[in-house]
Amino acid sequence: MPQTAVADSDTGLPLKELAQRHGLGVAGRLPSLPEYTGKLWAYRHFIAYYANAKVTSSLGKTRLGMVWQVLTPLINAAVYYVIFGKILGTSNGVENFVAYLCTGVFIFGFTQSVVQAGIQAISGNLGLIRALHFPRAALPLAITFVEIRNMVASLIVLMAIALGFGEPLTLQWLLVIPIFLLQSVFNAGLALATARLGSKVADFKQLVPFIMRFWMYGSAVLYPVSRFKSAVHHPVLLHIVEANPLLVFIDLMRHALLENVELVATPWVLWTEAAAWTVLVGFGGYVYFWRGEKGYGRG
Amino acid sequence: MADQREPTVIVDDAHIVYRVQQSGGATSPLAGFKRIVTRAKPTTLREVHAVKGVSFVAYKGEAIGLIGTNGSGKSTLLRAVAGLLPVERGAIYAAGQPSLLGVNAALMNDLPGERNVVLGCLAMGMSPAEVKPKVKEIIDFSGINERGDFSSLPMRTYSSGMAARLRFAISAAKKHDVLLIDEALATGDAKFRKRSEQRVRDLRAEAGTVFLVSHSEQSIRDTCERSIWLESGKIRADGPTDEVLKEYEAFTKK
Repeated sequence: MPQTAVADSDTGLPLKELAQRHGLGVAGRLPSLPEYTGKLWAYRHFIAYYANAKVTSSLGKTRLGMVWQVLTPLINAAVYYVIFGKILGTSNGVENFVAYLCTGVFIFGFTQSVVQAGIQAISGNLGLIRALHFPRAALPLAITFVEIRNMVASLIVLMAIALGFGEPLTLQWLLVIPIFLLQSVFNAGLALATARLGSKVADFKQLVPFIMRFWMYGSAVLYPVSRFKSAVHHPVLLHIVEANPLLVFIDLMRHALLENVELVATPWVLWTEAAAWTVLVGFGGYVYFWRGEKGYGRG
Repeated sequence: MADQREPTVIVDDAHIVYRVQQSGGATSPLAGFKRIVTRAKPTTLREVHAVKGVSFVAYKGEAIGLIGTNGSGKSTLLRAVAGLLPVERGAIYAAGQPSLLGVNAALMNDLPGERNVVLGCLAMGMSPAEVKPKVKEIIDFSGINERGDFSSLPMRTYSSGMAARLRFAISAAKKHDVLLIDEALATGDAKFRKRSEQRVRDLRAEAGTVFLVSHSEQSIRDTCERSIWLESGKIRADGPTDEVLKEYEAFTKK
């Protein structure tokens, strides 16, 4: 076949028109949002398999393997129990401080690990991205599923701790499920957003530990929520501090699991805030990630 | 005449510029800080004009070899056709989604070969029902089980040749509209090379278009009847493989 591009320009047909006549698309075009969502849905099996593979490969080299999924939250809780429950013996005026503390640590830890993994979801998988075509959102979503799986084990440990420290099993415990679902969607949005940030600006990864620590100290993980009212006097500022999405999720979870726990706001306000944050971050993160789809794996 | 054949890839005066973020540009924190304060253009960000105004049309059923010395822009051009790099000027049009198959394409090294096969197939958009019967076929084709049961061992234990063969086998399992192969055939042993050349011919018969980047003139001669010779980001020759290779040989022997 000696026919070449030169021959085509001889016929006088511009290449652009030739492409249009045969219905060729521009390589590397950004699909529309519904189109992208459809593609992503078609790749759901890939997402599930990849999430599974990720867990197996991260624990595959350890002797205990999957046992670590339960051991990690247990050891985590034990550390806090020894330091705050036994050595310091502080309760900060909170009833059942160990259960209070563990709820905060576990709920915060869920979002924290999603953010830490999300930062590397794109930049750590460039080989896969440069080799194969799939909607890139599959990667941050898969790491979110990995953390959701880990969180299920953590939640079971958390409930055991609450029971072990004398909390009664009530109907309110059922609220754990919707809280968990809302936080999962919130985290997925966060994973998508940080994945794009991490792929664009490598410097961002260096800042994440500080941002997360700042966020943790601002979310009443280690101290009672009543501290805000005594420390922040400006009413607008107080509202902003108390609308912190992680504080909202942690407070809701404490409300569901523990008796006689002081909340920053009424449960209705908290539920509304949680739903609003979930929609905002979940959808916003997805759109933000989608808009960068063309750029992943470049450079 | 041109209208009788269906074009699958059209490259229209494409320019590709790389922006490379280099490590080790600023030698001290002070120098880095000075750069930020003075708003100087970071010395670590360099531009490489890798492809300079390339145009060609590829048709259904063609296998096209891309040749050129190292750093002539062959791989860059392939990545742009695959939609992984943006063009600075000009445009690239393609039918369907071109798939790039390179030897440096990493799957998950801690996973066994057979699970990588499933993962790769799913990532190419196959359904789990389609993947199941393919797994054995792919592993047999790659030949990694010829010396014992390697498919259940993690990929990090494979030799580079074995891993490359498995990756080629995965990509070649799907019918692609446009398949872009980057040096993949050069890695296997003679036996595998023969098999993969046959596979490339099959893929072509299934009405796709194949691009092959290789330094092995023999594998280009065996699989492609048309070749494009790139040099410093420009097309030096485009035509039947024999003629282009003759010119190319004369050039490299100089």
